[in-house]
Amino acid sequence: MNASPHRSGLLRDYDSGKFYCELLGSPANPQPVVEIIERQLSTISEEELRNRAAAAENDMFDHGVTFTVYSDKSAIDRVFPFDLIPRVLTANEWNVIEAGIIQRVAALNLFLADIYGPKHVLRDGIIPASLVFGNPNFRREMEGVKVANGVYVAICGTDIVRDQSGRFLVLEDNARTPSGVSYVIENRRMMLRAWPELFEGIPVRSVDNYGAMLRQALAELSPTSAADPHIVLLSPGTYNSAYFEHVFLAREMGVPLVEGRDLTVTDSKVYLRTIAGLRRVDTIYRRIDDDFLDPRVFRKDSILGVPGLMEAYVAGNVQLANAVGTGVADDKAVYAYMPRLIRYYLQQDAILPNVDTHLCAEAEGLAYTLANIENLVVKPVGASGGYGVMIGSRASKAEIEDTRAQIVADPGNFISQPVVGLSVCPTLCTDGIEPRHVDLRPFAITGRQTWVLPGGLTRVALRKNSLVVNSSQGGGSKDTWVLFPEAAE
Amino acid sequence: MLLARHAEAAFWMARYVERAENLARLLDVQQVFARDSRDPVSWRSILVLNSDESRFFENQTSADRAAVTQFYVLDQENPTSIISAIRNARENARALRPLISTEMWTQLNIFHRRLHALSPDDLSDARLSRTCTMVKEGCQAHTGITEGTFFRDESWYFYSIGRWLERADQTTRLLDIKYHQLLPRGADVGSAFDIGQWNSVLRSAAGYYAYRRVHSRAMSPATIAGFLLHNRAFPRSVALCLNDMDRTLHDLRSRYRLRGGVAALERIDELQAELNGRTVEQILGAGLHEFLDMFQKGLGLVTADIAREFFHHEEVVAQMASQSQ
Repeated sequence: MNASPHRSGLLRDYDSGKFYCELLGSPANPQPVVEIIERQLSTISEEELRNRAAAAENDMFDHGVTFTVYSDKSAIDRVFPFDLIPRVLTANEWNVIEAGIIQRVAALNLFLADIYGPKHVLRDGIIPASLVFGNPNFRREMEGVKVANGVYVAICGTDIVRDQSGRFLVLEDNARTPSGVSYVIENRRMMLRAWPELFEGIPVRSVDNYGAMLRQALAELSPTSAADPHIVLLSPGTYNSAYFEHVFLAREMGVPLVEGRDLTVTDSKVYLRTIAGLRRVDTIYRRIDDDFLDPRVFRKDSILGVPGLMEAYVAGNVQLANAVGTGVADDKAVYAYMPRLIRYYLQQDAILPNVDTHLCAEAEGLAYTLANIENLVVKPVGASGGYGVMIGSRASKAEIEDTRAQIVADPGNFISQPVVGLSVCPTLCTDGIEPRHVDLRPFAITGRQTWVLPGGLTRVALRKNSLVVNSSQGGGSKDTWVLFPEAAE
Repeated sequence: MLLARHAEAAFWMARYVERAENLARLLDVQQVFARDSRDPVSWRSILVLNSDESRFFENQTSADRAAVTQFYVLDQENPTSIISAIRNARENARALRPLISTEMWTQLNIFHRRLHALSPDDLSDARLSRTCTMVKEGCQAHTGITEGTFFRDESWYFYSIGRWLERADQTTRLLDIKYHQLLPRGADVGSAFDIGQWNSVLRSAAGYYAYRRVHSRAMSPATIAGFLLHNRAFPRSVALCLNDMDRTLHDLRSRYRLRGGVAALERIDELQAELNGRTVEQILGAGLHEFLDMFQKGLGLVTADIAREFFHHEEVVAQMASQSQ
């Protein structure tokens, strides 16, 4: 559909087939700036591109831009595979995404403040109470706790896909401890080193001030009136696969990177263990899940958390970002209600629609799912990272029957969605430049107001025809270019 | 104010790199010894020196060059090998990444990978010296990059103290190797052959020409040992390391108004008194090995003091966990 005879250089044989191409868009509506990119892409040979890709990968190892896979005896550093051909979003496309995310984050925060407070949404029958109270991520400890500015979700990563018609759809909200933003910034820095001439004449928006914006938002949420609140980033430690990102963000913000064992709670106040004794902490950007935060309240066996942290939090002596208990809002079942929640809280239609979602917990959804399972994607409600997802059209008969049995046994644990023909992007593959499916995770920060980093993590399914972009399932990433509005627009 | 855990990581990062450099120096000089030596068991002395004999002979029958160098350079299971030291330095650097420069981290990464790429061939008679040089230069690059890029806050002080402490310890070990190798053969002591071996001790500490400037005519075991112990200008002498450790710890306490460190300072003062209160002849007369052994124990106690006073030691915990969306 997108292959056209006049194309030369790298994209000569590229054909996105029936899918929407992120770089070339629709032939009916060509973007002038995209033509520049295409032209600049055509000045480089595939061999040269491969050399630069190899150099970039080496660069990542040298800089330790890696995630670490630990086994019994060895620590293996892996890089998140990076593809040098960027994914481009025009100013108009970005406007839609940005507005949609701001709207969504607002609704998520209002929803959380409501269910941990007055619970109007349940009384008004907008969402079944069982979905909220029966959710393991609903934290009773949070009921009545005052959260600064009503910001439960200070950092949000929204997973967005694009269907064959080019429409953006929200696939998932990540409102607990979303990761990946360091790759957005590192990918750009690497891209500028590896292929600086590709940027020539193209007005790409910077992604460099994420750290400063995050620090500012955390300061705005601080419980003290101190001009310079003591902020720390709480990490599970060097053995966590996202440790690189924790280091990166601590450095970008200029705040200490701490582990649970570096903090202690006395008198419902949180202190940092330093070489000079204890120092008070005001705000914690925590990258530890709720379950591990405080062994006195949540998992007793956690050695990553801080005993007494919840007590200090409930007393209002320390602020946590994100708040405890946000996981109830980014759940796959609650997701299905997001358009209705947006209408309920904001009196607006969702700017970014959901992918149609059938809840097996509801009789209608269950019947539909079982009847059409071959054409649906079935997902377990609790899991993340692409685990347990069954794509009907790709699954064997046995796999389908197995999933069907699981659904019947525990319908509340499953949702189903139609297969979205995810958009593609030209990607350097073994046999040349080929289309590969991508998604997009922009990051939004909320202090007094919500700001969306102009860019995002574009994950790419490197395996041919694969729709699963997760790094744990063979995914890589690309630099994401959000363009400034063109003068003509 | 610096996290206690980060102070500890900085201290140990420096120590591990210093340790790797000194081990490379030791192996390099050992090769010269072994080549000249009529003593076939001389590689064993390094094992004795590091108290590694029993662990080594668990898996080995003979302490020859191939086995000992494999054990000390490439053996990842051996905690006292060069590759283990650099792995540990890198793990500490990983914990310190929010504080150290990107260049420090990058260099340790590349260095660590280069060590991983070594094979037994790189330890052959012909190549061992070159491999030791590569290790030394990797460590020196680390030291230089650190000097030029590491932000000089509290963590830098702990880094520096760790480096001086390890270097003092390693110089005593380098000196001790002489004792272990030659003491049993009284006839050789003071002979021309003996001096040649002392020469190589000096060279392995990069001290040969410095020594020549100070003692242009005489070359005796006593003056060489005295140089390595007492010289105030030689960067690897025990006296200089102690002095810099003492000064750095003083500066750290006064600049950041820290109350900790008193016990460590007192212990360092005692060690300085032990060292400076005796001539090298007195030390040799009473037994060099006994003196060095006492010194190594003293440095171990300084480490314990620092850990107690600044790192607020607790059980170090680590839990493998992957929690992210």
